Amino acid sequence: MEGAVADFGRSLYESTGINLTILYDEFDQKRFISGLGMTIYLSSLSLIFSLIIGIVGAWAQGSPSRVLRYSINGFITVFRNTPPLVQIFFFYFGLGAILPRVEDADGMMGPLFTNVQWAIFSLSLFAGAFNIEIFRSGIEAVPNSTKEAATALGYTRLGTYRHIVLPLAIRVCLPALNNNLVNLLKTTSLAYAIAVPEITYVSKQIWTDSQNVPTMMTLLLITYVSLVGVLVFVMNRWERSLAIPGYGQGGGK
Amino acid sequence: MSDAFASPGRPMAVLLPPRAPEPIGFPRLTWRHGLFFVVAAVLIASMATAQTPPAQPPASAAEALSTAPATPFSVIIKWSPLLLKGFAFNIVISIAAMTLGTVTGVILGLGQISVNPIVRKVSWFLTQFFRNSPWLVLLFFAMFMIPFQFNIFGVIMPFPDWVKAIIGFALPVMANVSELLRGAIRSIPNGQWEAATSLGFTRTQTIWQIVLPQCVKRMLPPWMNLYSLITMATVLASVVGVTEMLTLTAQVHAAEGGRPELFAPLYGFAGFCFFLYCYPIGKLTQRLERRFNVKT
Repeated sequence: MEGAVADFGRSLYESTGINLTILYDEFDQKRFISGLGMTIYLSSLSLIFSLIIGIVGAWAQGSPSRVLRYSINGFITVFRNTPPLVQIFFFYFGLGAILPRVEDADGMMGPLFTNVQWAIFSLSLFAGAFNIEIFRSGIEAVPNSTKEAATALGYTRLGTYRHIVLPLAIRVCLPALNNNLVNLLKTTSLAYAIAVPEITYVSKQIWTDSQNVPTMMTLLLITYVSLVGVLVFVMNRWERSLAIPGYGQGGGK
Repeated sequence: MSDAFASPGRPMAVLLPPRAPEPIGFPRLTWRHGLFFVVAAVLIASMATAQTPPAQPPASAAEALSTAPATPFSVIIKWSPLLLKGFAFNIVISIAAMTLGTVTGVILGLGQISVNPIVRKVSWFLTQFFRNSPWLVLLFFAMFMIPFQFNIFGVIMPFPDWVKAIIGFALPVMANVSELLRGAIRSIPNGQWEAATSLGFTRTQTIWQIVLPQCVKRMLPPWMNLYSLITMATVLASVVGVTEMLTLTAQVHAAEGGRPELFAPLYGFAGFCFFLYCYPIGKLTQRLERRFNVKT
């Protein structure tokens, strides 16, 4: 099997000039797969954290405390209106330089957080700021009478939020959420700038080593488009499985 | 929204006299904005001073002047003309990319509703492809795939890297505008098309004289949103070696001796510039959205 793929890669190179080194060069293949894994790892972790930030933030935005509301709004405003790359640089170079250095497993003095951790951190905050807005719009779409009915039944504020508002809100805001998560997946390519070995980074390494820029570039684009395709497929399935007749986009089907 | 009903002192919203629509324009500055900027400035400044290493007690005033390291704040002040020039370049790139992307995007969007199935499928594919790939990768794509000069009938046309960056940013704009246009056209009621046909308009006339003018209004808020996104994305050009604000920020940092405590204030300043530019656009977009929502 392995040999067949490698032979196919070599013959493709000889007959057409399309140099897919990842098919026959074991080193490149390993790099590419690990880069793909890193992209998936980055995007899934920051996806989960950004969803948590979105849910908690949207809840805090409706809180009676003014200070909490204003600080959440400030957080959203700042993160929505500054470039994500500047955010990543700010966290990685700026805050990373201030934090104390700790001893790592090899006994060397290393930074407290690695570049991968900083990338996850800043990407989650970036996508989380958008998620808060999205969840808020969903929560606002839940009719007040529903909330009042929940209060009348003796639900606390948190209970109403968890059991009544959020399940309905998620259905309303799924299309927008879908969009933002696709955006997050695409934004993970920015981690390239702080040398996180994700797929853009390894592709660049491969095309510098093997001089096959157009091929690798096209492959990279196709990889991203298919990753986004998988995410959209999963989200659409989820949307359909959540659909309640008469609620949200999937309603009535 | 809910307090209009809840507060007992106020009459119900329907009983209130009709209000004139809010004037559209630059969001009026209130004391809140002033407060925000003061807080931001104090934060940056305090972070800057907190990070200067504690200076040894100088032996004399003259020595203090000569040996004290420049505070981050003074570094920013000193280099701000250069950094702001870089920022202006970012704006130029964003405007050019937006113009190019909008023109091509409208063509692609019209292709998506074409009666010719081949044109329709090709435009759909191009839109989806460029919409779903990361901007950084598209930028790489434009940077490496476009030759650095063209030879047209013996005339050598140079293609500097910033022109290629503009094309790289115009690609995602094109796809997004195309999708926006398709959505806007689909939101025009079918009755409009039928009415135009019954009045003897051809398809081209219907699109240009009836449908598109209505689309402009619907597309304006998301289009402005897209503009603010593309402005923020222009810093990506630093990754592929175009000299813009972030490149200059890194150079300034190196020129000041590469002290690690300078990173946060310098990048904070870069972020602050973008914030000052994008925040009003975002506010204006929100206002337009609200206003158009009321009308339709």
